[in-house]
Amino acid sequence: MKLQIEALSYAYGGKNAVENVNLHVEQGEFVGVIGPNGSGKSTILKNVYRALTPKQGKVLLEAQPISTMSHRETALKMAVVGQENDVPFDFTVEEIVAMGRSPHKRLFDPDTDHDRQIVRHALEHMGMETMAKRNYRHLSGGERQRVLIARAIAQESDLLILDEPTNHLDVGCQMQIFDFIKRLKVTVLSAIHDLNMAALYCDRLYVMKQGQICMSGTPEEVLTASNIFDVYGVRCTAEKHPQTGKIHITYLPA
Amino acid sequence: MKEKKQFGMRPVMLLLLAAALVSVLLAVGLGPVSVSPVTTAKILLSRIPGFGNLIRPVWQPMEENIVILLRLPRVCLGLVVGASLAVCGVTMQALVRNTLADPFILGVSSGATAFATLGMLFGAFSFLGIYSLSISAFLGAAVTIVFVYLISRVGGRIHMARLLLSGVAVSMIMDGITGIIKLSAPNALGLHNAEFWMSGSLAGAKWAYLGLPALVLAVCMAFLMLHHRGLNLLLLGEESAGALGVNVRRLQKWLILTTSVMAGATIAVSGSIGFVGLMVPHFTRLLVGGDHKKVLPVSALLGGILVVWVDVAARTVIAPEELPVGILTAVIGGPFFIAMLIKNTREKRS
Repeated sequence: MKLQIEALSYAYGGKNAVENVNLHVEQGEFVGVIGPNGSGKSTILKNVYRALTPKQGKVLLEAQPISTMSHRETALKMAVVGQENDVPFDFTVEEIVAMGRSPHKRLFDPDTDHDRQIVRHALEHMGMETMAKRNYRHLSGGERQRVLIARAIAQESDLLILDEPTNHLDVGCQMQIFDFIKRLKVTVLSAIHDLNMAALYCDRLYVMKQGQICMSGTPEEVLTASNIFDVYGVRCTAEKHPQTGKIHITYLPA
Repeated sequence: MKEKKQFGMRPVMLLLLAAALVSVLLAVGLGPVSVSPVTTAKILLSRIPGFGNLIRPVWQPMEENIVILLRLPRVCLGLVVGASLAVCGVTMQALVRNTLADPFILGVSSGATAFATLGMLFGAFSFLGIYSLSISAFLGAAVTIVFVYLISRVGGRIHMARLLLSGVAVSMIMDGITGIIKLSAPNALGLHNAEFWMSGSLAGAKWAYLGLPALVLAVCMAFLMLHHRGLNLLLLGEESAGALGVNVRRLQKWLILTTSVMAGATIAVSGSIGFVGLMVPHFTRLLVGGDHKKVLPVSALLGGILVVWVDVAARTVIAPEELPVGILTAVIGGPFFIAMLIKNTREKRS
């Protein structure tokens, strides 16, 4: 699934939150968007998954503008795990995951054994099969996030949009979530907060600063000490880790 | 962290259907003049074409009149009104994504009442014919719900405190308008009728009142059942619902329309009976969980049964006088609402 963002601008009220953004994700790539708080990472993603409508520019899925597609059509092509994961109603884990099947359903379609099988597989993939009957509201943050990714898996779309999927999670949960996602072998566009995580899992990175993309490239190209100082104003060392072969960043206190 | 016990859908539905049937038989018999359930059942069976001849009429004609002309329409209306209010509550809760929503609490009942009173006392909507009361109540409900909805949305999300407060404010405004209309009412008889109707009552139910609300309930229920997935997804939040293929704006408009039609048609025949839409969905979710495919039919049945019994209480507690049903549901529902409010805030904090 190829995703292209062309000359995208979006404004909340008067000032542009995101300006003239060009970005593309090729089939099978894991692409990260990094940048300081409020730099516009979420805004870009929301324009992609249609929570917001672009002021200018367009978003193309396999060369087709998403504005010409129905919500159902886009849901069949991309799944989203956003920051909104609070459900003020009692649903079981299984029911939440089964909601991923909705875009596949027309008005009169019943739930079939095939659907139930997909839901079970998705839960197994995330190691949640024993919790199928548990109340979603009673889960921990990490478990909830696994359920939402299971829901995205049940959606069976090739593109996964993640908005800081490991925010507020401990390091064990963070690694686990990214490992699960990596194993899915789908195309991913994700906003990521933690630069070391970005370095470990992403094929390519886009760096946002004040609503614009200021650089892009592989983690090795982007994550250098001088770049990080430019964007975040933090001194650090960035070296290739001998065991992972990936960039590792150590922050230096002032 | 224990698994929550949920009951299977089939046993729950069968049990509730049986309970509804028993409730009808018992409730028809209860009142200032009581008729035994067996006699009631026989009278009812005797009315079934082709089958009725097999039953020997051993009851008095007066009993038959009470059952067929007075009580049965009232009990059936109770079922329809209760089911509509409960389903209305479920729908509004999905719309505003909050379990505290109810047509009464969010002022929808007051809005419908204000418009309906206007129609009743001044004939403002008389050009609409025999359905003028229902249509004016629907218009009132629709205006209020749109109003409350717009006030309580902050940055694309429903703000809970604003929702409840705007519900209170709007219902005060609407009650005030109703007050003004009543004070300037041209005739005393109309005023007396309006007063009684307003406090919520099923007394004076006739078969003729039943048709429209039953039809509205059937159509709305069918629509909602077809969209049960959309309703579930709305509970995840607008963004998630959109990302899962729901046209959120369009579905929300349809839901506003369905709740307004249901609230309008119901309130036109029964006045405002509060808190049914709050209590019933809550118990339903405890019973079968949050999936609307189960919540909708179960709460419809539970709501019907509840209103039938509260109405029995209304006509027996101070017999031969009658209490308006709305007063009874308010006395039960008010404390219930407060308890839920406390529980909700506690969960937010933990």
